[in-house]
Amino acid sequence: MLVGQQQRLQEDIREIVAQHGHDRSALIPVLQELQKRHTTVSDFAMQVVADELGIHPAEVYGVTSFYAFLRQPTKGRFVFRLCRTISCELGGKSRVARQLENDLGIAFGETTGDGRFGLEWASCLGMCDQGPALLVNDRVYTRVTPEQVHQIIDECKSTFGAHARQAAHS
Amino acid sequence: MIQVNSKKTPFTFDSIEPESGLRAALGMSRADIIGEVSACALRGRGGAGFPTGTKWNLAAAARVKPGGAKYVVCNADEGEPGTFKDRVLLAEHADMVFEGMTIGARAIGAPHGILYLRSEYVYLRPHLESVLARRRSENLLGKDIGGVAGFTFDIHIHMGAGAYVCGEETALIESLEGYRGEPRNRPPFPVDTGFQGQPTVVNNVETFAWVVCILSRSASWFKAIGTKTSTGYKLLSVSGDCREPGVYEVPLGISVAELLAKVGGEGAKAVQIGGASGHCVPASEFGRKIAFEDASTGGSIIVFGPGRDMLAVARNFMEFFVEESCGQCTPCRAGNTKLLEGVEMLERGECSMSYLQELLALGETMQLASKCGLGQSSPNAFVSIVKHFKDEIMGRTLAN
Repeated sequence: MLVGQQQRLQEDIREIVAQHGHDRSALIPVLQELQKRHTTVSDFAMQVVADELGIHPAEVYGVTSFYAFLRQPTKGRFVFRLCRTISCELGGKSRVARQLENDLGIAFGETTGDGRFGLEWASCLGMCDQGPALLVNDRVYTRVTPEQVHQIIDECKSTFGAHARQAAHS
Repeated sequence: MIQVNSKKTPFTFDSIEPESGLRAALGMSRADIIGEVSACALRGRGGAGFPTGTKWNLAAAARVKPGGAKYVVCNADEGEPGTFKDRVLLAEHADMVFEGMTIGARAIGAPHGILYLRSEYVYLRPHLESVLARRRSENLLGKDIGGVAGFTFDIHIHMGAGAYVCGEETALIESLEGYRGEPRNRPPFPVDTGFQGQPTVVNNVETFAWVVCILSRSASWFKAIGTKTSTGYKLLSVSGDCREPGVYEVPLGISVAELLAKVGGEGAKAVQIGGASGHCVPASEFGRKIAFEDASTGGSIIVFGPGRDMLAVARNFMEFFVEESCGQCTPCRAGNTKLLEGVEMLERGECSMSYLQELLALGETMQLASKCGLGQSSPNAFVSIVKHFKDEIMGRTLAN
C-alpha cells in the first residue's frame, strides 16, 4: 500500500472512531462503517483501529473473523449473499446458485477479477416465505429465479461508475 | 422485489389504540406493571419461553453498579431458520415494539434502550430510525416521557454482524460490548450482570409488542387465551411446502393439523417446529399442540411435502450448525461436525445401525454438555428425523 493511501485510510479511521467513540463497544460499528467505505477491512486497517481503541490488534482480528458480515472472504463492490437455509433450499436455491456462478464466472467465496462482484453463501435471511432470497449489499431480492440472475447483475453494473458507492449502499 | 408484508391473518396489534399501553403504564406503579405482566403468565416469544414478569422483577430488584444504569434490550437478531415474524413486526408495528420497550424501561427503571438488529435486516434501519425520531419529537422518548417528571428513556439501534449465536442473550451482550459473540457462563444472569455489567433485560421483539396489548387490555384477557401454561396468542412464521406461507397469529395450543389446514399444507409428510434447533414432527403426530409444554417454537414452522427427502433436510440443518457454532465449547464445535459426517455416511448408504446409535448418543451428550442453547438444541433435528424416518434414511444406494 502506498504511503498516501495508508495516510488516507488512517485519517478515515480516525474520523469514524471520533464519531462512534473510543469505547470497546464501538468496535463493531467502526468496523462496519470502515467496510462500507472500503469494501474490506485490511490487516493494516485492523492495526489502526486497534491503536485508536487502545486494544490489541489480535482482538480486532478475533472480532472481524468471527462475524460473517465482517470476515467476508470476498471483496467485491457488490457482495451477493444467497440464502442457503432450508426454506430457500426447498424453494430451489441450488439452481439460482448455479446460475450465479455461471453468470458471474466465479465460485462461492470468490471475487471477480475486476473487483466488482463477490459471491457468498448466507445463513437464513429471514425471507423464508419468499425464497429463494438473495441479499446484494443492503438490498434484498426475493423469489429469485435462475433467469432473473442476469438481470440483477445488470442492475448492479448499471449503477457502477461515478456514483457507484452511493448506489451500492442505498 | 421485497414484499415486507407477509401477514396472513389480522394481528391483535392492529386493533390496539396507539400508546394506550404506555398511557396505562404511566399511571401505574412499577410493581403494578410487573404484577400485570406476571399475572397474565406471558412467556418469552423468542422461543425459550422464560416468564417475562419474573425476568422484569429480577431486573427491577437488581442493584445498579456505581456509575452505570440499567438497560432494556430488544433482541431483533431473528436468525432461527424459518422465522421472519419479527421482520414483519418491525416493518409494520415498530411503534408498538418501542412502546413495549418504554414500558419495560418504566418497570425496571432503565434510562437506556438498545435495539439489536441483525445485519440481514439493515434495510429496515432507516424506517426504524425515523420512527424513533418521531417518538422523540412526540415526547414518547427522551426526558419526562408523557409528562411524567423524571421518566427518561431513549433507544438506539445497534447492528449485528451476521452471527446466529448472537440471538442467545449473553452472546448478544458480548456482541454489544464489541466482542466475539460467545455465550457467557450463567449465572450471573443478565438481569443482574448484563450489558456493561449492569442489570439488563433482554426480550424478543414480539414479547414487547404483547406487553403493550396486555397493559392496554388486561392480564385476564390475555390469560383466557391459549393453554394453562402457554397463555395468549403467538405469531408463527410459516414457510415450506404450503399454499399460503406467511405470518399467522394463532392462540397457543393450536394443533399442528389445525395449523396445516389454515396454511394450505394438508398432506404434509412432516413439519419442523422451532426451526433448525427445533423438532421434526411426522404426520402421525400432527395432533400435537403448538405450545411451550408440547411442540415449542419461537415462531418457526417449516412444512415438508410428501416428496421431500428428509435426509436432505437433516443435511441442511447440520450444515447450518457447523457454520453457526461459535466454536467455544467442544460438544458443539466437534459434535455438529460429526453429525454432519454421519448424514453424509447415510447419504452414501455407509452407516451401520450401531454407528447410528453412537451418533444418537453423541447427540445426547451435546444436549447435556454444550454451554448454551445452540449446542444443546443443535442435535434435535437430526435426532428427530432419525427417529421418525429410519425407513427412509437407512440402507441407501446411490441411485436413490
